[in-house]
Amino acid sequence: MQPFIHIDVANSEEVIPLLDARSRPLAGGTDMLPLMKEGIVAPERLINIKRAGDLRYIRADEDGLHIGALTTLDELDRHPDVRRDYTTLAQAAAEAASPQLRNMATLGGNLLQQARCWYYRGDFHCWLKGGELCHARDGRNEYHAIFDQSPCVAVYPSDPPAALMALEANLRIVGPQGARLVPVAEFLQPPSAERRTLHTLAPNELIVEVHVPKGPSGSVYLKAMDRATWAYALASVAVAANIRDGRAHNVRIVLGAVSNRPIRALAAEELVEGQLITPELARRAGETALAAARALEHNHYKLPLTRNLVAQALRDIMAG
Amino acid sequence: MIEHGPHKTAITLEVNGLPQFVDVEPRRTLLDTLRIDLGLTGAKLVCNMGNCGACTVLVDGVAVYSCLTLAVECEGKAITTIEGLAQDGVLHPLQQAFVQHDALQCGFCTPGQVLAAHALLARNPQPTEAEVVAGMAGNLCRCGAYRGIIEAVLSAAQQTGPQQ
Repeated sequence: MQPFIHIDVANSEEVIPLLDARSRPLAGGTDMLPLMKEGIVAPERLINIKRAGDLRYIRADEDGLHIGALTTLDELDRHPDVRRDYTTLAQAAAEAASPQLRNMATLGGNLLQQARCWYYRGDFHCWLKGGELCHARDGRNEYHAIFDQSPCVAVYPSDPPAALMALEANLRIVGPQGARLVPVAEFLQPPSAERRTLHTLAPNELIVEVHVPKGPSGSVYLKAMDRATWAYALASVAVAANIRDGRAHNVRIVLGAVSNRPIRALAAEELVEGQLITPELARRAGETALAAARALEHNHYKLPLTRNLVAQALRDIMAG
Repeated sequence: MIEHGPHKTAITLEVNGLPQFVDVEPRRTLLDTLRIDLGLTGAKLVCNMGNCGACTVLVDGVAVYSCLTLAVECEGKAITTIEGLAQDGVLHPLQQAFVQHDALQCGFCTPGQVLAAHALLARNPQPTEAEVVAGMAGNLCRCGAYRGIIEAVLSAAQQTGPQQ
């Protein structure tokens, strides 16, 4: 790790003037410190926001759920209101990482987690790090994208944001010009030639709150891993819906770990909207969700895996 | 607003109930401070990236990876390492249970395993086997002593009984 100046701030207002291209906010540190150890980022100043008590809360009211950006994944998973009314989010937080990481990692930081691609993390000047070439595209790509959205085929690694997209959550972001509200679905974008990150936060901005509108009647998060306890997702699915008279309404289906960002499966949503979702319809929705997917050389398994996760999540949500 | 570094700065840590004075750069991890500056080598350096759990310690009773924790951020917090569990030469019930249930082979991951189990039982004194498996998911054992580890944790939970 390169040397840096470490600054503790006491509240969120002190943070903004300190943020620029040569500084980084530090919350849980579970991704920032590995990125610094790997030399991928080397801030001159690290702004420790962990003591900003005004960013750590969970508040449920008639307007929905307000989550301070410093809320840990563990706090999110254990909160009774989140578990009851925003189940997909609690499940995604519970399965996001090991107990120690969930004690440390924050929801704001989780939204900003960078790609876990081994070329990006390793000793390669890959496209996502500003280079010319995505080494995974024609290299080892077992864990990579099946929906091609940019020159990079790394997948967005975080679990809770897919659940947040299914719940149509918004982020409150502050910067020098004040605050802006942006849907999670717009905040997470594939990287571009000018912006080699998996999100659209400017260097002088900070996520301060996640707002989740009043929850649908049911939601679920399913995650496939290559070992029984914790690992990054091979694929995941978040589904939210209102079940009335045995039919599913306002269905939201989001696929995780299959592209540079979580993806809404709009055609599959349309197929099941207003329907009584039978196992056969759930199966067809899975096929529809994956119709545009294309496997890379080493990840063909992701197609049936993701297809079946969609079908299973829809069956689960109908079962209640 | 408090500023440290980039050069060394004097901080006070509370480790296993005792104050410790160290001079560290902000980039010094808690793990390196414990091992190099304080000679407490129970917490192990293995992956250094928060994947394996060998560096697990308790900070204010919460299990964290000390390789992903900066020492300067631990001022005013109570740090517990494996060296702090035994009292007056008597092993902690969890340590004793690890011995009795053969919950280790090479032993390198054991300090982290014991502290992860300690945090698990503090929150959930009577866990089911499934809860032990989930609660210990942040600690890898390359010798594969998982069966013994699970039995040791369950047995220690029975011995200590439900906490009031």
